[in-house]
Amino acid sequence: MAEQNLKIIGFLCNWCSYAGADMAGMARMKQPADLRVVRMPCTGRVNPLLVLKAFQEGADGVLVSGCHPGDCHYTDGNYYARRRLELLARMLPALGIEPERFHYTWVSASEGARWTQVVEEFTEQVQSVSSGREAE
Amino acid sequence: MRIGVFVCQCGTNIAATVNTGEVAEAAMAMRNVAHAESIQYSCSEPGQKAIINAVHRHGLTRVVMAACSPRMHETTFRRTVNQAGMNPFMLEMVNIREHCSWIHSDMEEATLKAIDLVRKGVARVRDQAPLHPDTVPVTMGALVIGGGVAGIQAALDMADAGIPVTLVERESTIGGNMARLDKTFPTLDCSSCILTPRMVEAKQHENIRLMVNSEVEQVRGYIGNFEVDVRRKATCVNEEKCTGCMICEQKCPGKAPDEFNVDVGESKAISVPFPQAVPLVAKLRKEHCRLFIKGKCSVCQKVCPADAIDYEQEDEVLTEKFGAIIVATGYDTFDWKAAYPEYGGGHYPDVITSLQYERMLSASGPTGGHVKRPSDGEEPKNIVFISCVGSRDPSIGRPLCCSVGCMYTAKQAILTKEHIPDSRSYVFYMDIRASGKGYDEFTRRAQEEFGAVYLRGRVGKIYPRGGRLVVMGVDTLAGEQVEVEADLVVLATGLSGAGGADELARKLNISYDRYGFLSEGHPKLRPVETNTGGIYLAGACQAPRDIPDSVAQASAAAAKAAGLLSRGELETSPMVAEVDWMRCTGCFKCRDVCPYGAIEEEGLRDGRTVARVIPSLCQGCGVCNVACPPSVISLKGFTDNQLIAEVVELLR
Ligand SMILES: Cc1cc2nc3c(=O)[nH]c(=O)nc-3n(C[C@H](O)[C@H](O)[C@H](O)COP(=O)(O)OP(=O)(O)OC[C@H]3O[C@@H](n4cnc5c(N)ncnc54)[C@H](O)[C@@H]3O)c2cc1C
Repeated sequence: MAEQNLKIIGFLCNWCSYAGADMAGMARMKQPADLRVVRMPCTGRVNPLLVLKAFQEGADGVLVSGCHPGDCHYTDGNYYARRRLELLARMLPALGIEPERFHYTWVSASEGARWTQVVEEFTEQVQSVSSGREAE
Repeated sequence: MRIGVFVCQCGTNIAATVNTGEVAEAAMAMRNVAHAESIQYSCSEPGQKAIINAVHRHGLTRVVMAACSPRMHETTFRRTVNQAGMNPFMLEMVNIREHCSWIHSDMEEATLKAIDLVRKGVARVRDQAPLHPDTVPVTMGALVIGGGVAGIQAALDMADAGIPVTLVERESTIGGNMARLDKTFPTLDCSSCILTPRMVEAKQHENIRLMVNSEVEQVRGYIGNFEVDVRRKATCVNEEKCTGCMICEQKCPGKAPDEFNVDVGESKAISVPFPQAVPLVAKLRKEHCRLFIKGKCSVCQKVCPADAIDYEQEDEVLTEKFGAIIVATGYDTFDWKAAYPEYGGGHYPDVITSLQYERMLSASGPTGGHVKRPSDGEEPKNIVFISCVGSRDPSIGRPLCCSVGCMYTAKQAILTKEHIPDSRSYVFYMDIRASGKGYDEFTRRAQEEFGAVYLRGRVGKIYPRGGRLVVMGVDTLAGEQVEVEADLVVLATGLSGAGGADELARKLNISYDRYGFLSEGHPKLRPVETNTGGIYLAGACQAPRDIPDSVAQASAAAAKAAGLLSRGELETSPMVAEVDWMRCTGCFKCRDVCPYGAIEEEGLRDGRTVARVIPSLCQGCGVCNVACPPSVISLKGFTDNQLIAEVVELLR
């Protein structure tokens, strides 16, 4: 791997996205190795401050993934997450963090292939802002 | 604090891509780690013994297992450390298999990642406090949703075990798709002869309450104590009074589509789906009834000898508690018309589906068991069966196998010969999949004994010519184009989850896939469970399957549910929220966001009102934790400190 490894944190809800990532593993779907997963009970537990903490500690990117809207294991935790994280996303530029470094999405327990795609795309996206910054 | 780190090799599942020895070595250098080792199979008995021994030998007080997904073995290892005398929650699992060794190929990269993950686990377990589960009583009673053969079997098994069961079916009769079948492979016993007695038994069983024309509207609660609203739709017929005499149906002037017979024939606005229906009760469909459309008619009310017709009848909602839920909502056949314009897209009346053909073959069906072409009522002589219509076809986004098509097509070819001895059947197929007991022999009989001509290849086009249909395909074995003139074409359409299964899944908080099939907890080890405790799956709602498999799964689900209910009491997860009442300002933002009503007010002696968590209601989502302005409500096991420690360690 020519590129420098990135530090990407993924906050995944236990019921959908973590299980979806497990599914990708069971199907041996290869993906970039820059992402480290932190298991959460629900995306509703993801405090925007925790995301900022990750950036403060030097994360190149942060990914949050939960159950699809309507499918939350806890009824509507992901709706709270969506509201909070949407606000956070809009605030990032003001804090000097490129918005491309943050992404939240929904991956269900049966979507191993989709999870792999999300990781690939997000890693690539973070890679490209990071190398863009280096070039400056 | 003495932390032990165990790095599982999982044979070569992990060790082939992650250098587990190196991970253990790196772990030894982490703060508070007193012991680290790599184990070949940590979930095996010797593996678990090694862990217990190490706990004793090194005086470990916390354990990090770097192994498979916690969704796989967290319970196993909690039990292990508990056997070693530790609190089971002083264990942290780190997923270096599904999330590492299985998805990476570069050993160096994967090993580095595994070390990072272990560091995260060590940081997290440092902040872990011992937790103690509570118990709640379990409601003795089960809900079965869907009254096909799977739902009936599950209901009967539980009822026989003494469990009160409510069986909810949205149609006006139980029986499901099996009630539509003529004879069943591989033994050719008649479907209704084996199904009808079971339907009757379900109706008469003292422990089963049957609710037809009913659907689940809302589900609250959780394992052991679900609270469910069931809506019984108004049918304008009083179920208690109706005797199923069908006089209303005979006299009704309003024509209506015949759903039970898959539109082979026509029905009436008020009707009984079929003579063996259970319960044998008529149902009025307002959308086809003259009284409701034109405002005039009431023939059925006039002719009903039982005085059972009630046009004013309203929906009823019943709310009840259940300890366990079994979902058995079955399947729907794929609507092929839009996807296959080359087969006429539904414009040729003599191109029908296999389920429609079952109704034609059935002696109690609308044609009285006489096979007739829909276009002119003539008996067909050349019949072409096309397999895999909407199955194994990635070009229309359906790569899945319907798992029953090969078998029921062979069955229908055999039955065709029995019904019309001078007929000839052609079967276009991709592969013959017949792996069950006696199945391969059965498909051979269709060819060898009943003379069905099997042609391996897909059909490219069907077009009408002189009152018949020309079926053009390839015979890939002979390597040539073939053209068959057919009187009737039968499409083996694929299967999807029942209509509305996705909506139901959302109400139940269980997962489903893009075909509407409901997801099992684990493809191998938890095939009848779901990811939501206390909810189980039976039959074709989970994946396409035949009757023997559906029944087997139904019995398995019933056993699981009975196991849960037999416990009487249930341990609840201690990973619930907790309020630091000293610092709580009493703003109750936590109560506003809590989905479970698990937060109550508590008056303190100093006059303050603070929030208190009701542990038996809290499900541990942590939404309140984020909403609390001074961060004084905290989810045990996922505290702010733990999560921050994880993040910091990962980014070191
Ligand atoms: C043409 C054809 C021929 C076949 N021939 C054979 C054969 O010969 N031998 C064999 O072994 N298998 C055969 N099969 C397969 C067989 O039909 C299935 O294995 C079997 O019907 C599955 O039973 P089930 O109870 O899981 O589902 P279903 O039979 O689909 O029953 C599901 C029930 O749930 C109800 N329901 C759905 N959604 C809801 C809801 N939201 N709320 C309440 N109720 C709901 C439905 O109304 C239905 O009554 C055939 C299939 C087809 C298509």
